[in-house]
Amino acid sequence: MGVRVLKSGMADSLRDSGRFGFQHLGIPPGGAMDCVAMQVVNILVGNPIGAVVMEMHYPAPQLEFNSPALMALSGADFQATIDGVEIALNQPMLVPTGSVIKFNKPVAGARCYLGVKGGFEADEWLGSKTTNNFAVRGGYQGRNLQKGDWVAFAKPFSYEVEEPAVMPWTANVRELYPQGPCYLIPGAEYELLDAASKYCLIHEPFQIATNSNRMGYRLQSAPMHLGEYKECLSSGVGFGTLQLLPDAQTILLMADHQTTAGYPRLGHVASVSLPSLAQLNAGDSIRFQLIDMNTAESLYAAQEKHLRQLKNACNFRLQEYLSND
Amino acid sequence: MGLKKNVEPKIAAFSSANLRLTCSVEKPFPYRIYPIGDQAITLDYGNLIKDEINAQVMALFYWLKEENLHGIKDIIPAYSTISLVYDAAMIRKWAGNGSVYQYMERYLTNALQQLDLLALPSSRELRIPVCYHQSLAPDLLELCQEKQMDLDEFVAIHTAIPYRVYMIGFLPGFAYMGSLDERIVAPRKQTPRTHVAAGSVGIAGVQTGIYPFASPGGWQLIGQTPMTLFNANDDQPSLFQPGDLVQFEAISIDQFYQLKNNPS
Repeated sequence: MGVRVLKSGMADSLRDSGRFGFQHLGIPPGGAMDCVAMQVVNILVGNPIGAVVMEMHYPAPQLEFNSPALMALSGADFQATIDGVEIALNQPMLVPTGSVIKFNKPVAGARCYLGVKGGFEADEWLGSKTTNNFAVRGGYQGRNLQKGDWVAFAKPFSYEVEEPAVMPWTANVRELYPQGPCYLIPGAEYELLDAASKYCLIHEPFQIATNSNRMGYRLQSAPMHLGEYKECLSSGVGFGTLQLLPDAQTILLMADHQTTAGYPRLGHVASVSLPSLAQLNAGDSIRFQLIDMNTAESLYAAQEKHLRQLKNACNFRLQEYLSND
Repeated sequence: MGLKKNVEPKIAAFSSANLRLTCSVEKPFPYRIYPIGDQAITLDYGNLIKDEINAQVMALFYWLKEENLHGIKDIIPAYSTISLVYDAAMIRKWAGNGSVYQYMERYLTNALQQLDLLALPSSRELRIPVCYHQSLAPDLLELCQEKQMDLDEFVAIHTAIPYRVYMIGFLPGFAYMGSLDERIVAPRKQTPRTHVAAGSVGIAGVQTGIYPFASPGGWQLIGQTPMTLFNANDDQPSLFQPGDLVQFEAISIDQFYQLKNNPS
């Protein structure tokens, strides 16, 4: 039971919420880039929120179901079709054996997530099943998916249907992705920026450069400088840390970030904004807005609450639907 | 140029007794605490490479690990900082009326106070064979010329004292060690190499370290170890742990390939 990769995408990998507890050994968490989309697909199919999902970039893969499945897509819209029929994001659906899912064009967002009831089977390494491409561990043999791979489901699912059946409800994800500026908590070296750079940070756009990836986004903006140059020793950094590089440009650390780094830390993207950030492509622009800790915490708490409510509602609908048959 | 007396290898005299580092109890180091996002916090003793400060960081690391507060996902010790990554949704449950950050700040301050009563666990000592042959040390000759010292002298200085693993970062298992004798201190390369061989021993400023994987890198390369430093199949995949003491031992090129081809 599982899916076969008929055609591989640019960078498809198995992800969970991340590998924690080993950053003191230099091992990054490396979980899903968009952890909201990961949770949404799991919620829609009735999984624990951190079950293993497939993270896909565009061009995305072509997959064939070798068994029936309850599945859902969330995150980026790559205009998915099942057996040629367009399917919506954020809706659970039952698919029969032999269904082929294709992604036809990048409409919005950067990363699409596929979840299946029971989650995908994946190698566990140091307490997590997320892929670590560097150590070649976790996920699917520690690497991105390739043509011909057979990705099994962690639990069998045998609810056979004649043809794809979309369940009559949709997760409303709009409120899970704050629109507008990217919220930034000032970092330890923020105050050292000169006045022009401080102005730039909140008034100028930061464009994502092409050499951006799961490790970090290289940003292009007006040059920024510290009023007084400061050499930093390496210390802990995180997903969302905005660092000032010696060339006066910045890098925003993403899910596969180094565990420690020594460049000045201008700020840290608030947790609530990370999923939106993960859905940006090279060429897109970011505008930052500074917020204080209390605001950041309450926005994140509201996002969490929204996800919990979604989980309760979906579990209820799902149980009702599957037992009514 | 002969060896100076005080740079002779001290391996024979290397004993744990005179290496144990203790925290200063009477005079706590000044520190500040600041957020690194809304789910991580850092305690910072200032931008210093100092054994006493790093020992304090490590004492705190072990104390926090022992405490094992539910909701703390990672503890990252560095030269003079320690960072805690936490699950804000979980901590919020017992944070009371204040913010989660304030709770974590109090928790860290409290940990520091408790720590004064504790002794630091003694460091593990590791002996790491390093071959300083030119074929494995692309920057060594130039460095020696720059410093007007012969190769043996450079090697003798690099192997003279045990180094402290201040932290692990950059790559899985990459240990930042120090501090180097000032006679062999050297800056990073102007242009980083795109490929550094796994096991390469480098120096950068007062730091020395070993690349556990082949990777790009900007440190000056002065040798190579035949040892495997990161084994993903082990429960503890990294040979080095923060707080370790590492003594380099010079080996010949023959020994290098012997050890490399027959790892025990």
